[in-house]
Amino acid sequence: MEEAKKRSPLMRNSAAQSLLASLLCILIGLLVGYIVLLIINPAGAGKAIATIVKNFLYYPSQTAQLKYLGNTLVKTAPLLLCSLSVLFAYKVGLFNIGAAGQYVVGAGASLYCALALKMPWYLCLLAAILAGALLGALSGVLKAYCNVNEVISCIMLNWISLYLVNTLLTNVKESASPYTMTLISTNSGALIPSMGLGNLFSSNQYVTIAIPLAVIVTLIIWVLLEKTKLGYELKATGFNKDAAQYCGMKEKRNIILTMAIAGALAGMAAALLYQTGFEQWSCTQSAVPAMGFNGIAAAFLGGLNPIGTIFSSYFIQHITSGGAYVDKTMYSSQISDFISALIIYLCGFVLFFKFALNNRLDRRAERENKAAQAAAPKEGGDQ
Amino acid sequence: MGLLLQYTLIFASVLVLVALGGCFSEHSGVINIGLEGIMVMGALGGALMLHFLPAGTSAFMMVLLTVLAAVALGAVYSLLLAVAAVSFKADQTIVGTAMNLLGTAAATVFVKAMNTAADPNNVSSTIQYIAAKKAFLVNLGGFEFNWFMLLAAIALVCSYVLLYKTRFGLRLMACGEHPQAADSVGINVYKMRYAGVLISGVLGGLGGIVYITAGVSEWKFENGVAGFGFLALAVMIFGQWKPTRIALAALLFGLFRALSNVYTGFDFLTALNLPSSVYNMLPYLISLVVLAFTSSKSRAPKAEGIPYDKGQR
Repeated sequence: MEEAKKRSPLMRNSAAQSLLASLLCILIGLLVGYIVLLIINPAGAGKAIATIVKNFLYYPSQTAQLKYLGNTLVKTAPLLLCSLSVLFAYKVGLFNIGAAGQYVVGAGASLYCALALKMPWYLCLLAAILAGALLGALSGVLKAYCNVNEVISCIMLNWISLYLVNTLLTNVKESASPYTMTLISTNSGALIPSMGLGNLFSSNQYVTIAIPLAVIVTLIIWVLLEKTKLGYELKATGFNKDAAQYCGMKEKRNIILTMAIAGALAGMAAALLYQTGFEQWSCTQSAVPAMGFNGIAAAFLGGLNPIGTIFSSYFIQHITSGGAYVDKTMYSSQISDFISALIIYLCGFVLFFKFALNNRLDRRAERENKAAQAAAPKEGGDQ
Repeated sequence: MGLLLQYTLIFASVLVLVALGGCFSEHSGVINIGLEGIMVMGALGGALMLHFLPAGTSAFMMVLLTVLAAVALGAVYSLLLAVAAVSFKADQTIVGTAMNLLGTAAATVFVKAMNTAADPNNVSSTIQYIAAKKAFLVNLGGFEFNWFMLLAAIALVCSYVLLYKTRFGLRLMACGEHPQAADSVGINVYKMRYAGVLISGVLGGLGGIVYITAGVSEWKFENGVAGFGFLALAVMIFGQWKPTRIALAALLFGLFRALSNVYTGFDFLTALNLPSSVYNMLPYLISLVVLAFTSSKSRAPKAEGIPYDKGQR
């Protein structure tokens, strides 16, 4: 009885419920992933799922582990920003599936400024932010003034930007390969400075201030959403557009602004990855990069809380990187994509889960109440 | 010119099928963003059937079995949406998006596993069906008639009749407009919504196999269906959720999609000397522009996207 009383306020706590729901999603996602591996080839399934979960711990030496932890973090930074992009729009009632496309134009702008225009890193970063914001704002304008569902317009823009950026970056690609020229050979000033951070990760040259930068942006977004008037207005618009308009908020402006900020975040994400020199853009790629879509997984897994997304982004990137190490003679690395997609699917049930949990708690509280009431008159009856 | 017509018709068939699928789902009140994933699954089912049927199978059986495989897989996959959105009242946009990602990932994992099992050096996600594909084609004096075109036309007529002329269709639409009212006269809203989503799974799955056999003889499943499910949604919105208008919209969009396949055959287009990516972009660009001009007077089913709760008023 004592214990139940202590436990129920914790279970009632919305943050605790979100955490519990996310952990459940992860657990079920991994379990189903394991079952799929078992079906494909039972011999190596246990080892493969362990490899995915271990990721960089797969390497025996500590130096290598640190180095590959660094690599995972390098890709976590852009993922974090993509998930913030999705989260920010979702808080305002918009589903920014266009993070993927905004990420693509961000990559295009940053790499073009770096390789063709030879700009320093901060200007390239700025260009990426602006490009993403512009594309986001376009979806916002279409939604606000033309009533075009943002999901559809974003998807169309994802593909349009992919083809545009492929064409644009063909101007700065290596002559013998479909990849863009490396920053280090063409314009090393466009590389985001490391400021000694790389030395912490067994001199991993890709670890730069991009990582702390992403965390700082996360905190800014959290403050913007929770502590400022603008954040309040934006959330109010998302909650009830008509009520917000009635209260004198400019609901059209808010929609456009939201999509611009979301786009800026996704655009910045691309710069934080491509300007570390970790990857080159392939000008012949025929599919929109998965980063933006993984951002959706991270945003929902993080319980739509900016601080939560730091952990969820790391987790999603952790298993995505881990997927690259599975035994390719039996399985494919896409098993990680499969697990992340499954996690997003399960996140759709979180509301129902919370509702059911609260219902259960309500019913238990009611039963206890009734039991207490039933006990009380008995005592009275004795007199 | 004949080639352009041929490609236009086959791409329009895909769009008609998938957009009609979306139309059924949305008329029942469930937004089906997951059509893309359903298409991938249907494509996978059909492609596997094409790949594994013995070479001597008669053309009729080939078509029938392929269609059945695509339809079955599409319908089963759409259950993921139905269960989540109808029974568990989940957010339809999240679930749909997850289904798109899941469809491509699952198909890739499966096909890669299958290819690697057959030949350890083959780690591609491609299925070939060069010879088997011929079963769908009838050569009419230079014009390659595809049985799927006929199938799409039949689906169109059936959908029209089903939606507007039968008790089932009218009830289905009532559930998307005002589920509480429908419930009050004894219609089981949950059942109707399940039916709507399942029909969209059937049509979406069929559209998937038509898409990957249109103009190519192998498919790389890593690419999913390249946003075609979303193009179909745009067609549906442009068609104002009405089968006949959807057909016209599909023809228009099909034309632009076909251009990217055959533009090299036109002298005046090659003279423009545009990069091929422009033609690749065209269908998406056109649909965006068209949506911008047509969405403001949208006639979407009123209750779409809102989970139905019996207890709520």
